[in-house]
Amino acid sequence: MTALRTSSPRRLAMRRFLGRPVAVAGLIAIGLFVVVAALAPLLAPFDPIVTSWTAIRKAPSWAHWMGTDENGRDVLSRVVFGARASMMAGVVSVAIAAGIGVPAGLLAGFAGGWTDTLLSRAVDAMLACPFLILAIALAAFLGPNLTNAMIAIGVSTAPRFMRVARAATLDAASNDYVEAARAVGNPAWRVAVRHILPNIVPPVLVQGTLAIASAIIAEASLSFLGLGQQPPDPSWGSMLNAAQRFLTQAPWLAVFPGMAIFLCVLSFNLVGDGLRDALDPRQR
Amino acid sequence: MKSHLGNRIAQIVPTLLLVSILVFGLQQLMPGDPAVVLAGEERGDPRVLAQIRAELWLDRSLPLQYLHWIGNVLQGNLGMSWHIGQPVSQLILQKLPVTLQLGGMAFIVAVAIGVPAGVVAAVHRNGFWDYVANAIGLAGLSTPNFWLGIMLILLVSVNLGWLPPSGFVPPTEDWRQSLATTIMPAFVLGNAIAAILMRHTRSAMLTALDADYVRTARAKGLGEFRVIVWHALRNASMPIVTLGALELGTLLSGAVLTEQVFSIPGFGKAIVDAVFNRDYPVVQGVVLVTAFLYVVLNLLADILYVVVNPRLRSG
Repeated sequence: MTALRTSSPRRLAMRRFLGRPVAVAGLIAIGLFVVVAALAPLLAPFDPIVTSWTAIRKAPSWAHWMGTDENGRDVLSRVVFGARASMMAGVVSVAIAAGIGVPAGLLAGFAGGWTDTLLSRAVDAMLACPFLILAIALAAFLGPNLTNAMIAIGVSTAPRFMRVARAATLDAASNDYVEAARAVGNPAWRVAVRHILPNIVPPVLVQGTLAIASAIIAEASLSFLGLGQQPPDPSWGSMLNAAQRFLTQAPWLAVFPGMAIFLCVLSFNLVGDGLRDALDPRQR
Repeated sequence: MKSHLGNRIAQIVPTLLLVSILVFGLQQLMPGDPAVVLAGEERGDPRVLAQIRAELWLDRSLPLQYLHWIGNVLQGNLGMSWHIGQPVSQLILQKLPVTLQLGGMAFIVAVAIGVPAGVVAAVHRNGFWDYVANAIGLAGLSTPNFWLGIMLILLVSVNLGWLPPSGFVPPTEDWRQSLATTIMPAFVLGNAIAAILMRHTRSAMLTALDADYVRTARAKGLGEFRVIVWHALRNASMPIVTLGALELGTLLSGAVLTEQVFSIPGFGKAIVDAVFNRDYPVVQGVVLVTAFLYVVLNLLADILYVVVNPRLRSG
């Protein structure tokens, strides 16, 4: 019994993942970012929106660890609250992308024929529009705010999920257990949902983790361009946009939000790479 | 070879058709009535609104509107800019060379960094240099290029005063100044692609280094450098070309942000300015031309792949 349990693919993958210290470090860092985002009101030393005309562009000090911005707001508090926008954008847009892409990929791979051709061509068309340019266009037409930025990023990311899910479905559908499930008279939807879907989870999970990293950069990019989170609400990207105007007078305004984006994205990339290696060691 | 290319060209036709439907569809997401926006102060006059709707075919059904629009696009007419009153195609033709110069330089930077780093990583598989190359690659992938741009302006331009912090000089005007204004943005733009190319190169080189022909080359007594560059890298270059071409989209996306940070008047800056001016025909035009460029450049990469691959060439 024990031997069976230790050799299950899931356990093996888990052990391989935990055997990679950098991936575990990434996971711990993501956990910290989630805690910071969730407990932002408790952790931030100051209100991130309230301005103070007596504390404009103060360099980092004991009172303000990351200094203050052009409106006298505490940069640390804004970076802490900015984690909310970034984490939310990462998770929500990837949920939208997976919500559209995975069912479409499952359908294309399982149904084949015209359905597959049509969906695959639609994905080719969407992938032909560079990701950020499509997201900018969507955000522009939908209107600039964080919700629309998340929708734009999610819709632009969906084709990647569709491709991964389709490939994994084609791979899973050729297995004997799928043939067996069909042979005993299961309806097609049941075979797809009960027998194929659980088997396409690993590649989708890897794609999802790496897509969160891309989505966080995309949200920061859209906010940097003024198409995401709108002032005065803090977001790392919009903080960098404002920082550009004061590079010579207040360089710290550009350093800390950028470091936050870098560390957050790096953490998701580390976990994504670790998951890929753990779930598919052939790719190592 | 001919049939392979014929198939590829046949495949891009429906892709471009769907791209055009997608870009046309963007217009439908626009809040409000375009005629009202275009009418400006005369928006209260129903006759003016009716005239604008008739001119733009907005009073027809969607399929007819699409056919009218695509018919114009096929004749090179992407509409008029609402903000500057200039034809969109003319505007794009003005901006495109700037972005192509930046993108071309960025691609050279990416290849110059990414390919050697990938080769070194693969040759020292699981060794110190492999870890160093992977760490740098991962850092490159995780760094938002607009932040890298801001940091480099701070360091190289503000603190050291070596390069101008922003602006653009065309090479026809002064090639030295042109190089000085584009080298830093090109490095910023090339950085993320370099990281991706490094990964592709490492992966392709690992496969090539394990192949029999490499073992044979070594057995013949060839020097290690010659084995790596002449035998392994030459064979690994095919997947690198194909996968590298797929990153052209990343290059074009990155150009939007890089041009914004360094105030370069290219394609990317045009779309951002158009977004803020609510100049929707320009936004549509830029998306359409970008997608077209991406599809055509990928086709060229495919042709190159066939040309350098003797097995496909003879087929």
